[in-house]
Amino acid sequence: MSRDGVTVTGGPRATEARLLTGAVVLTSFAAVLLGWSESPELPPTAIVTGLALAVTALVAHLTVRAFAPDADPTLLPLAFLLNGLGLVFVRRVDLATGSDLAATQTVWTAVSVGALCATLLVIRRVAVFGRYQYTFGLLTIVLLLSPLIPGLTAGVINGAQLWIDVFGMRFQPGEIAKLTMVVFLAGYLERNRALLSVATQRIGPVMLPAARHLAPVLVAAVMAMVIMAGLRDLGTALLFFGAFIAMLYVATGRLAYPAFGAVFFGFAAWLAYLQFGHVRVRVSIWLDPWADVTGIGYQLAQSLFALGTGGLTGTGLGLGRPQDVPFSATDAIFVVIGEELGLLGATVVLLLYLVIVVRGFRIAQTARDEFGTLLATGLTVTLAAQTFVIVGGLTRLVPLTGITLPFVSYGGSALLSNYLLIALLLRISDESRGAAKGRDPDLQADAAARRRS
Amino acid sequence: MNRQIGRVAAVTFLLFGALFINLNIITLLQADELANHPSNRRLILREYAIERGPIVAGEEAIARSVPTDGEFQYLRTYPDSELYAHLTGYYSIQLQRSGLERALNEDLTGRSTEVVAQNLGELLGGSERPGNAVQLSIEPAVQRAARSALDGREGAVVALDPRTGAVLASYANPTFDPNPLSGHDRRVINDTWAALNERDDRPLIDRTRAETYPPGSVFKLVVAAAALESGLEPTTLFPDEGVYDVPQTQANIGNFSGGVCDDGDEISLTDAMRVSCNTVFARLGVELGDDALRDQAERFGFNDAPPFDLGVTDSIFPRELDVPSLAQSAIGQRDVRATPLQMAVLAGSIANGGQLMRPHVVDAVRDPDGAQLRGPDVGRWTGPPGGGLPISPRTAQQLRSMMLDVVNSGTGTAARIDGVEVGGKTGTAQTGGDPVAWFVGFAGDEVAIAVMVPGAGSDATGGAVAAPIARSVLSAALEARR
Repeated sequence: MSRDGVTVTGGPRATEARLLTGAVVLTSFAAVLLGWSESPELPPTAIVTGLALAVTALVAHLTVRAFAPDADPTLLPLAFLLNGLGLVFVRRVDLATGSDLAATQTVWTAVSVGALCATLLVIRRVAVFGRYQYTFGLLTIVLLLSPLIPGLTAGVINGAQLWIDVFGMRFQPGEIAKLTMVVFLAGYLERNRALLSVATQRIGPVMLPAARHLAPVLVAAVMAMVIMAGLRDLGTALLFFGAFIAMLYVATGRLAYPAFGAVFFGFAAWLAYLQFGHVRVRVSIWLDPWADVTGIGYQLAQSLFALGTGGLTGTGLGLGRPQDVPFSATDAIFVVIGEELGLLGATVVLLLYLVIVVRGFRIAQTARDEFGTLLATGLTVTLAAQTFVIVGGLTRLVPLTGITLPFVSYGGSALLSNYLLIALLLRISDESRGAAKGRDPDLQADAAARRRS
Repeated sequence: MNRQIGRVAAVTFLLFGALFINLNIITLLQADELANHPSNRRLILREYAIERGPIVAGEEAIARSVPTDGEFQYLRTYPDSELYAHLTGYYSIQLQRSGLERALNEDLTGRSTEVVAQNLGELLGGSERPGNAVQLSIEPAVQRAARSALDGREGAVVALDPRTGAVLASYANPTFDPNPLSGHDRRVINDTWAALNERDDRPLIDRTRAETYPPGSVFKLVVAAAALESGLEPTTLFPDEGVYDVPQTQANIGNFSGGVCDDGDEISLTDAMRVSCNTVFARLGVELGDDALRDQAERFGFNDAPPFDLGVTDSIFPRELDVPSLAQSAIGQRDVRATPLQMAVLAGSIANGGQLMRPHVVDAVRDPDGAQLRGPDVGRWTGPPGGGLPISPRTAQQLRSMMLDVVNSGTGTAARIDGVEVGGKTGTAQTGGDPVAWFVGFAGDEVAIAVMVPGAGSDATGGAVAAPIARSVLSAALEARR
């Protein structure tokens, strides 16, 4: 096994190369199909999509080969397939609405993949994050609050204040805050795991650790909730809280935390319901979207119409009506896929996420250290929760809140954040497998130290 | 920590499982309901992507679809604007459909004859198959004659072929222009719709079939039919009195002229019909009894509505009648009510020798290649008691000749056409406001007609107002059928 990483070998990188090729071919095929639905002479954009994806995939693959040779081979192909599907369907929405988002999204793909490569290049061990946990905690708060800063804020868009304008680019810092929050929590929980696991207080039948150990965690959670309520972004709040509770449970093994969390969440939701008109509206739409189909229930009704019209096999690529669905390129892109590719296509998309999630939890279980385990858990849960919240919202399983579908929805900050998430999971998996193989002397020493202790 | 991760993973899988199940429910179980939900625009857009078949009267397309550049690919237009509005109805993105556009939607979209193989071929060819053409039995010249004879006055004209029930003209004032309602500008649709609904004269109501009116003396045809069926003869004599002393009430019945009908002695049934003698028919009605009158009215189709391509309101002969009401009903007052279409069908049954024919306005449905898919729905209206044979051929013959007398030398002379056998009966129903003027009759055995004009002034009569309209329309119909 060579350290230079470029040498072709069997094993994970060869697998990754084959899967990536598959992802690029599938995307190119879909892009060409869509191109043909546009005009009999294939428009150049149809080929550009496949080409752009091929180039970025090659760069990412070579980077992983060089700097994370033992990383999980499925994550990158899954991300690229979803990303490619996203590019095709954003282009699809462009065709329907006359917008021009696909080009921007292609640029963001390149930027995001660049960020993934840079992360793998710079961060050789995720443990370094552990040293800066409070920096990340602070960074989370700054990122979340930045849309409120005058001069930076992009104002209220679609009822929420979540965007900033930097050098003429619109950016959603909350997407990056998801990652910094998970990094902070992983570091914090790793340090205080033991303390948090020991219950010293009894509240009714529930045993809880001392308040002073619990306090910082609660403060972080409450702050996230408050900020989110202030920014009116319920979906992200739910996501933060879900990741927080899951990590706390994994760190301590105490079921009291999720139980306490559920009660806390129920209470917060109830307060939000009483306090915010827009929350009440969301809930009433969820309970009966048909009461006001042309008004407040429009978006959910259109989502369901799209899925119902698609049926089992869909209308076919390019034959649906994404122009009828509000936010079809961003929040609602899943139903555009559902309408045109049917239940079968939508199921494939969900399965892709499920495979990422399975791999994510596997990486968490096999991570070299507890920080890696907690980090991988948090990242995986974040991705899973985000997928659940938006797909569940669009299918009326839960109240609909605006949030992006990872890798697929149009949106640069979300794409960047998701690729960074994949980069971290790649790094964690590379560390553990590398250590198991005794690849890195440094890591070997580490492993030896762990065995001795 | 691995056990905890396993549990978190399990919860995650459960949530994803819920997503899968829910997605299956929506895309499989609820798919039809969602795809065909009235608020799902895909349905209407798909419909507007089809070149809807034309509705044709004579040689003219009175409703046709023309391609547009907009989101809705075809625009429904009505070249004669208001002339056929009550027949065609409108075809609107906002208000759905009305009239024949609604009743024949399956034919017009071509869905009634969809053939999968054919459509697959056309789908690959990239074009949707146009809808079927609907040919009406309406004669444009007769329809125009009805409009110009009414001359803007409120009223209704129905002309039909008594032999087949084919409607030749069906026109009512006031009417409306279906074009703005069928356009693609929602604001125009809403404004037009609101304005039409605000109008007191209710132009959206088709007065030929959707509204009933007191038939007045036209109803004497029913009383005479009952009398003849009971064995009386046209020559049977009745006392000719200035006032009929109605039993059980002080409200007696006089004649329209205020005096006697003839010489004050005796008058035959034929003459009583000719001059529309109220006292004779009120007495006759009371003597025959309300059961006999009701039975005869129902044999003609009262308390029911003729089966038709469009909705028709029931014409009414009241259920329970005391003697004073019966006397009033026998001269078509009180609660007796009829649609002009019903009265045209009744006139047709006298003209054709005693058969109640089903009225119809659809003559044929043709596919885009011109092949006939369906012909006219010709047949007897078998619903009413007597199975569509309301009177014997002999009674029909007797009534027919009585009606010829009305036009030759009675109240209906304004309907006379030289060289043509025109028969009829006038009616002037008192309503409290302006009277409702009627003429119901026929020309030869080719055309039957009902003309109804309410609100043509306090001194309007069937003979003065309705009979001339009937004359114009009958002439046009004879001309068109020649």
